[in-house]
Amino acid sequence: MSAKEITVALVGNPNTGKSTLFNALTGLRQKVGNYPGVTVARKSGRCDCGDGLKVELVDLPGLYSLAAASPDEQVVTDVLLGSLEGSQQPDAIVVVLDATNLLRNLFLASQLAELNLPLAVVLNQADVAHEQGLKIDTQLLSQRLGGVPVVLTSAWKGEGIASVRRAIAEVLSKKNKMARLTWPSQVESALDTIVKAVQADTGTAPSMADAQRILFSSNAHTSDRLGWKLAQREPVIRQARDQVRAAGFNPLAAEPLIHYAYLRKVLEGVTSGGAGKQGNAAALDRVLLHRVMGPILFTGIMLGLFASVFWLAKFPMQWIQAGVDFLKSIVAPALAGTPMLQSLVTDGILAGVGAFLAFLPQILILFLFVGILEDSGYMARAAFIMDRLFSWCGLNGKSFVPLLSGFACAIPGLLSTRTIEDPKARLATAFAVPFMSCSARFPIYALMCAAFIGPLYGPGWESVVMVGMHCVGLIFAVPTAFVLTRFILKVKPQPFVLELPRYQMPKPRDVLWRMWQNAAEFISKAGTVIFAITIIIWALCYFPRDAQMAEKIRAAEPTLSSHEVQVRTQAAMIEQSWMGRFGKAVQPVFDPCGFDWKITVGVLASFPAREVIVSTLGVTYSIGKGAEADSNHLRQAMQEAKWLSGPRVGTPIFSLAAVLALMVFFALCSQCGPTIATLAQETGGWKWAAASFFYMTILAWIMAVVVYQTVIRIL
Amino acid sequence: MTPLSQLLPGQYGKLASLNPERAVDQRLMALGLLPGMVLKLIRRAPLGDPLAIEFGGQVVSLRLAEAESLIVDVAADCPVQRPKKTP
Repeated sequence: MSAKEITVALVGNPNTGKSTLFNALTGLRQKVGNYPGVTVARKSGRCDCGDGLKVELVDLPGLYSLAAASPDEQVVTDVLLGSLEGSQQPDAIVVVLDATNLLRNLFLASQLAELNLPLAVVLNQADVAHEQGLKIDTQLLSQRLGGVPVVLTSAWKGEGIASVRRAIAEVLSKKNKMARLTWPSQVESALDTIVKAVQADTGTAPSMADAQRILFSSNAHTSDRLGWKLAQREPVIRQARDQVRAAGFNPLAAEPLIHYAYLRKVLEGVTSGGAGKQGNAAALDRVLLHRVMGPILFTGIMLGLFASVFWLAKFPMQWIQAGVDFLKSIVAPALAGTPMLQSLVTDGILAGVGAFLAFLPQILILFLFVGILEDSGYMARAAFIMDRLFSWCGLNGKSFVPLLSGFACAIPGLLSTRTIEDPKARLATAFAVPFMSCSARFPIYALMCAAFIGPLYGPGWESVVMVGMHCVGLIFAVPTAFVLTRFILKVKPQPFVLELPRYQMPKPRDVLWRMWQNAAEFISKAGTVIFAITIIIWALCYFPRDAQMAEKIRAAEPTLSSHEVQVRTQAAMIEQSWMGRFGKAVQPVFDPCGFDWKITVGVLASFPAREVIVSTLGVTYSIGKGAEADSNHLRQAMQEAKWLSGPRVGTPIFSLAAVLALMVFFALCSQCGPTIATLAQETGGWKWAAASFFYMTILAWIMAVVVYQTVIRIL
Repeated sequence: MTPLSQLLPGQYGKLASLNPERAVDQRLMALGLLPGMVLKLIRRAPLGDPLAIEFGGQVVSLRLAEAESLIVDVAADCPVQRPKKTP
């Protein structure tokens, strides 16, 4: 963003169709990023306003008030005041109002008027207002608001977009300001008291909007930003609030009371008809929120969502895998002359690219659903139905979709925590999501159950263990969230006040655009980290290398077939690689879990992606690369594996105790590079990602020890 | 005078008072729920909590615990429903 570029901020309540308008105005020429230091998305795009006038339009998060109570509200307030680092104050504001609920929507506009910036008013969803028989005299409203342009639009239908462009051009040239209300004289003098005191104490006079935040808001965000110290401000604010009280207002209620009284007068004669019309919400809610039908329909919708993310995504994931394998098969022969380069390209680079591309289908499908659920208005109802189940442990109804998708894959689950407004619940949900038993844990459960539980105890127990393993994570995630929100997170929880908006048909362009934006952000941010981790692990498993290994093996046992030599070479190579040496060195740490060095190497090599455990076990047990969970050779090799030394010499490595411990370990351990990278991306730093990694990994080790030591004593 | 948390679905009345110190009440005031405003309890969620209330042409959900500081002057002509007993 160059310093000279004209910026216009798009502000409005949630559910006003603001994003649809933004997409229509910018034609998807958008940039998505984050505001510095906070996890609030910054969306901006180029908007053509005619006559060669191009402006940078910034889509600010939807909000009901400038009270600066939540992080979103603080960012909006800071951006509009030009006080956020790295962003200039906008040259004008476009405030988007829901034409069907003007009074409530004008409250925000009336607060924005106090910023004294050029402003244009857009009354969106005019088509719905028309259907409800609501008539709005835009000319009279414009006049009452001090001559700012007031335009009617229906962004969903694409109507009135050109008039918004004209209105932006108009306010930029004429600098129309919205009329401000007249504060009662005692409130006026209270604001004056604050302005003077701040000027005296900090050296700079605050804006009127800042003074209002200090007087009316119960949090200290504005005072802190202005550098107004606690000892200095406390007596002044108390005195100013006493002045407000003298006027007969509770200081914390004065702002909405005065604004709403003013706005009722502004709207007199502006709107007519449409009274009492509720639209479609009441009728649909009678079914969708019915005490019996509601949960049944909810379950059906969520099963559909889960099945799509879990099963439907498998097909494109297989195509991606096939594509990567095809590329490998082309590249490998070409690089046969340089084995190191061949391995780097096929096992490192191509495997790394494949590893993160494989997440795309799940992300795209989940965000297709999330987009439809949010834009239709059902997401708020889903949160309404589920809230009771989550509120006791500090989460809220909106935690459900992220946790559910976590059972398919943590990545889309983590990305969808963005739909949770409350920062505390959002963070706690993000912390809980990686505990959900994702589909990458399935292969190790399947292998262990098929090789050991099934043959020893029958298919009944196989199913019991399978289901049980999928519950382990949930059993630990819930108390974790409880402790986190109750004792550790110092963030103030936001009240769970949620608008249940009108139902609406989602607009395909908006839904598809959001799918793409989420996928693109994942590729650009998490993608590089995933790629780097894959290369590092590849190097650790590859180096150092003994070029004569194959000859040595052949010389020791000349009767071996060439295939046997090959797989034994691979096993020997990994044994003497850095990873193998490291695995042997730290095996004592995993000894109480009943893991030998081969399992330990598998566990360590699985930290970037837990599903590689099966193929790593394939290599260390000399089955060769590409082993699958249903490989009979691998099952047999593992069933026959015995301890070669130590106190357990001669007994099977994969005893029931070790098998259960290994599964519990994989259920709880943080073995997923993409999850860590995405956690860092979504929580705005590595602190929570690191906390999650160490917590889950240590917990996994403890529980594996508990399981192993308990089972071995019982049997 | 009844706390909103004790209203029966379908009952309505004027908001008599709220507690401006509470974050919930501040949020609701920003949405236009001010003393004197008529509000109606539309329904409870299937698990009994949260509540869906209607005021000023909008429907808003809030938790039972958050609704206790809102005191409602229940209108005399309200339909008095018996609370459905859930086993």
